[in-house]
Amino acid sequence: MRNRFSETLFELAKRDERIYVVVADISPAGPMSEFRDKYPDRFINVGVAEQSMIGVSAGLALQGALPFTYTIATFSLYRPFEFIRDDLAYQQLPVTVVGIGGGLIYSTLGATHYAQEDISVASAIPGLNVLAPTTPDEVTEILHSIVNGHIKGPSYLRLGKTGESNFRYHDEFVFKKPRVLIKSNSSICLISYGVIANKLFVKLREHDKLANHVDFITFPTVKPLDSESIEEILRRYQLVIVIEENSVVGSLGEHLKARAYENKLKVSIEHYSLKDEFIHCYGSHEEIMRKHGLDLDIIIHRLSEILKTS
Amino acid sequence: MSSAFESRQGERCKGYRKRVLEVSQKVSALHAAPAFSCLEIVDCIYYDFIMNNEDISNRDLFIMSKGHGYLAQLVVLEALGLLPKHHLDEYCTAEGLLGAHPDLGIPGIKAATGSLGHGLGMAVGVALALINRSKLMKSPTPKVFCLLSDGELQEGSTWEAILIAGSLNVKNLFVVIDNNDFQSLGRTSDTHPNLYPIAEKFESFGFEARSIDGHKHSHIKEAITDLSLTERPKVIVAKTIKGKGVPFMESTPIWHYRSPSPEEYLDAIAHIDGEVMHEK
Repeated sequence: MRNRFSETLFELAKRDERIYVVVADISPAGPMSEFRDKYPDRFINVGVAEQSMIGVSAGLALQGALPFTYTIATFSLYRPFEFIRDDLAYQQLPVTVVGIGGGLIYSTLGATHYAQEDISVASAIPGLNVLAPTTPDEVTEILHSIVNGHIKGPSYLRLGKTGESNFRYHDEFVFKKPRVLIKSNSSICLISYGVIANKLFVKLREHDKLANHVDFITFPTVKPLDSESIEEILRRYQLVIVIEENSVVGSLGEHLKARAYENKLKVSIEHYSLKDEFIHCYGSHEEIMRKHGLDLDIIIHRLSEILKTS
Repeated sequence: MSSAFESRQGERCKGYRKRVLEVSQKVSALHAAPAFSCLEIVDCIYYDFIMNNEDISNRDLFIMSKGHGYLAQLVVLEALGLLPKHHLDEYCTAEGLLGAHPDLGIPGIKAATGSLGHGLGMAVGVALALINRSKLMKSPTPKVFCLLSDGELQEGSTWEAILIAGSLNVKNLFVVIDNNDFQSLGRTSDTHPNLYPIAEKFESFGFEARSIDGHKHSHIKEAITDLSLTERPKVIVAKTIKGKGVPFMESTPIWHYRSPSPEEYLDAIAHIDGEVMHEK
């Protein structure tokens, strides 16, 4: 995703002078160095100064620019929280705050680098779009939507690092709309977004019997959500299983449960998320997710149990 | 600088102070004293620089980073005809447009502030965008003025922005420090004696600095004009008096956010009128 982000932005910047990249001493490799070489006036490294990464980007946007800020997710969002809130969201400036390695992707670096509640924190800010693509192609689609104005205002864009696969969706990316990854006309629906959705889909394909008996919907836009689409999903399925690499507090799963309750719907919702606690563990991404209570093998096993009895 | 010109600003600033006091009688609290310390600065920036350019699309720009100085900007915008009068008459009412801090969308306001430490980062971004625009358009680069309080110099984000402005040599950036030596709990110099000297700190971060009397129009104008000739980001450390112009408000913390009583209001107006008489 990281490389796709750089490639796409570089291509877009060739024909759009509004595009700026503002980094805080962390830069995506590869094509971003071409951006830096070719457009030095539009590549700004503020240094290790994340509050000003946002403030300077707000200033650029006040003059009509379309800045993309870039650093590790925890530093993108938590350190300059009030700057994102006041400078970007309050003023509705079209700045995209890229959080690289959202969730637990920096799995050996400890909780200072685990953006385990980035979706919740970003979602709490009024007027901030929260975007979490699942595939590299979706990163491209989202960047095009930002540049062509279909996505307006400020956004938090959670990206994975490397190695995510591309899949064919049944529909196009549309801002605010969920997307269908597997359509089996099942009464059971998996809901996920971001890197864990990608990993889950890869795992499901290893279990053809399962993949043919569930629907799988991803939420590239976590906020704002299209109410009609949400209600349609909650009405259509008997069982919705939400899998997200984010703290339970302020999560998509909680939101869906609330919507089901408010609308007095009979749908059952199972929710797999990260724990609302810090852990002092290091290892691979999968290992740290397991330590945080998110084990894709357990989810797959659970799914096969459900399908056996249904 | 002719004394007649100086006196014209003096007349304007007394008018501003009276207008702020007039507004104060409609609300239970407002930032009168923080506005009084920077009125001469804001007036000079608008009258002598921003408005002094017929090319409206390429005018200099002002960001009030010390959002609690907002009233100073509002009365100047009103006097210039950029802010219709009814807005200030409806200050801080549900019917009106204006609150206690600058908001984007208000006529003449270029950035929302109010939380300290935000204005300068945005001003750096605005200034960089204008440098790039001027390169493309081959036009003069507008100045970006950003007014900070001395209390705001305690925000880490302010020093991030100062460091960035110096390193990127944002030379159209004009930082003005409203150095009134007061913050909520007392004197700034008591809270942080090591903040001083201010100008030298900026210089060590790559700025050109001038230290002036922030209530003297000629000092402000000359400092800006003089600094315009330099090739680095600029700072003007303006010594000011919080509550300037109304003796019982001057350097008295309670007036940071308080409206005078009707008696105090009359007292303040009488003093300002007396000063006008005296100056004539």
